Amino acid sequence: MRLLIMALLLAAPPLVLGAEYGYPIKNPFMATVVGTPEPLRAPLPDKAKLTIKSLPVRQEGLPPAMWYSHRLQYSYRLQKGSAPLIFLIAGTGGFHDTGKNLPLLKAFYQAGFHVVGITSPTHSQFVIAASTTGLPGNMRDDAEDIYRVMQEIMAEIGHKDRISGYNMAGYSLGAMNSAFVAELDSRQKVFNFDKVLLINPPVSVYSSISKLDRMLQNIPGGVDNFNLFLNRVVNQITRAYKKSSTVEFSPELVFEAFKDNPPTTEELGALIGIAFRFSSSSMIFASDMRTNFGFIKPSNVRFTKNTSLGPYGQVSVRVGFTDYYHEYFWPYYEPQFPNETRSSFAEMQSLYSIEDYLANTSKIAVFGNQDDVILESGEIDFFPRVFGDRATIFPYGGHLGNLEYYENMAMIVGYFK
Amino acid sequence: MMNRHLMSLALLLAVMVSGCSTKPIVINPPPEEPVFTSERLVSGDVEDPYVVHDPLEGFNRTVYRFNYHADHWVLNPALKVYRFIVPSPLRAGVSNFFKNLFGIRTFTNQLLQGRPVRALATSGRFALNTTLGLAGVFDVATHAGMPYYREDFGQTLGVWGFGPGWYLVLPILGPSSVRDGIGTGVDAAFMSWLDPLGLDGHPQRQYAYYPLYVLDTRGSVAFQYYATGSPFEYELVRRLMLTIRQIEVEK
Repeated sequence: MRLLIMALLLAAPPLVLGAEYGYPIKNPFMATVVGTPEPLRAPLPDKAKLTIKSLPVRQEGLPPAMWYSHRLQYSYRLQKGSAPLIFLIAGTGGFHDTGKNLPLLKAFYQAGFHVVGITSPTHSQFVIAASTTGLPGNMRDDAEDIYRVMQEIMAEIGHKDRISGYNMAGYSLGAMNSAFVAELDSRQKVFNFDKVLLINPPVSVYSSISKLDRMLQNIPGGVDNFNLFLNRVVNQITRAYKKSSTVEFSPELVFEAFKDNPPTTEELGALIGIAFRFSSSSMIFASDMRTNFGFIKPSNVRFTKNTSLGPYGQVSVRVGFTDYYHEYFWPYYEPQFPNETRSSFAEMQSLYSIEDYLANTSKIAVFGNQDDVILESGEIDFFPRVFGDRATIFPYGGHLGNLEYYENMAMIVGYFK
Repeated sequence: MMNRHLMSLALLLAVMVSGCSTKPIVINPPPEEPVFTSERLVSGDVEDPYVVHDPLEGFNRTVYRFNYHADHWVLNPALKVYRFIVPSPLRAGVSNFFKNLFGIRTFTNQLLQGRPVRALATSGRFALNTTLGLAGVFDVATHAGMPYYREDFGQTLGVWGFGPGWYLVLPILGPSSVRDGIGTGVDAAFMSWLDPLGLDGHPQRQYAYYPLYVLDTRGSVAFQYYATGSPFEYELVRRLMLTIRQIEVEK
């Protein structure tokens, strides 16, 4: 009983929005796929007018078959006068200026901030061009890579005199990355971030990827029908393709294709699972190309620019995040971490591992959704417990479904004001 | 003269196809077994988006790369200048002009496909836009609620029962198929034979026509090479484009 009262006491301060919250989609899977209906979105300019640049090639010996990924791209736009800057880190498999990064960059710029868009360390281009290890998912290594990339970008952009302060935002895995970058910055103090916002972060990367893998069990007719379902998804992407739209194989763009024509409720989970498969397949294959581990590509085989990759694509899309963790990621890191176990190393890739920092800093706030589909049951309670009144939990929205909803966008931008 | 060009083109194609192996290089054969293999994971009985019969793959991949460079070094910078200099209502006018002009191609192909009702709609649209729309610069017909069709000879061949044939990536023009590649050639030959703008013998018209045509055509397609974020872009785009053409033929 005493425990219950204590729990209630701790849960009370965060702003739990109740009946007055107007995001309309109450089914979290539907919300994740459909997002925010157009009329309820925050009004934003049509064009972001970003400048897109690439950092120089970092190292020799990058895989020739992925020659087009040898340089890391980023995007930015500066205000005319002095203003604070916001770094924005994309979610799983996300590119610096597409998907959810785009509305956020527009909203931040519109509100008077300089903006810099950063590609997710899980995007194949980051894996090839900017990752030190070539093996994304180790939060501390990824944070160091992002931190270094941020510094390289700022050195290229210049205009230091016009930047009155540094901030950072990220969503989904990008929020997780932001938390670890903020922790790194608290020690190295290159940017000395003023404010950091985590939007729908996972609590533990491992539990979220397990959940995403499990969603594929919802394929109609079972996992044996993976081929059929994959074909259906690709067909829908084809139907949604317009000459005036770009093609990208990331979860957000897959959802975009299904937005106006979502599948039945049971299949939504499978769709979310397969959408993330496009990202994980790109990430895993790119990583294998960098490290030569022999996960999907035989280690003693070299791919040329013309090598047919179809059969490897087939395999990559059938391998899950958890296969990656158990049969590649952990075996690769194990020799470097003799004191860790398979499960303690997974634990290191979670916000629990920097809980003390998160609890004691005043710089970081978090926006979560009570029904976020990438969280295991109960994980959402981590945010109010650790962040206290710096946590805002919305009752609906699934995973990022309410990000573009005008109330959310106003609060996201408002946080940095 | 024409024959010699064709001969050298065929020779070039042959060299490119044979010179572009799509096999990986094995450093110390035999290749080692990776952790995951297709034997272990893929059931071979269903069509798969990653694997499509593609005998010209070596050539296609080479042209795919070439197209990226053509975009990167020539077309995208030119488009940037074009969009900077020419205000967007004027660019829309240029787009409308070409869209209207190629109504001629659509009309002809609709006739060849045996669709006189649609052809009539296309000719009505063409007549209205060419006159009231000032040579097509203004798309009056769409405002008047007239339907718009886009047909080419590749689609006509499809309607006649020809399958798409092998996947083919055309220089500059991008993903296509053997059938649609032939279609594109026939359409181009037809338009240059008809020569509705009297380009023949008027070099100054050609100087305006060709650059604008290229800029407008490339500018209307948002697709960028190597921007999908997937190492399997060639495979996935191949599947995407073949399916899109199939849908267009069925329409």
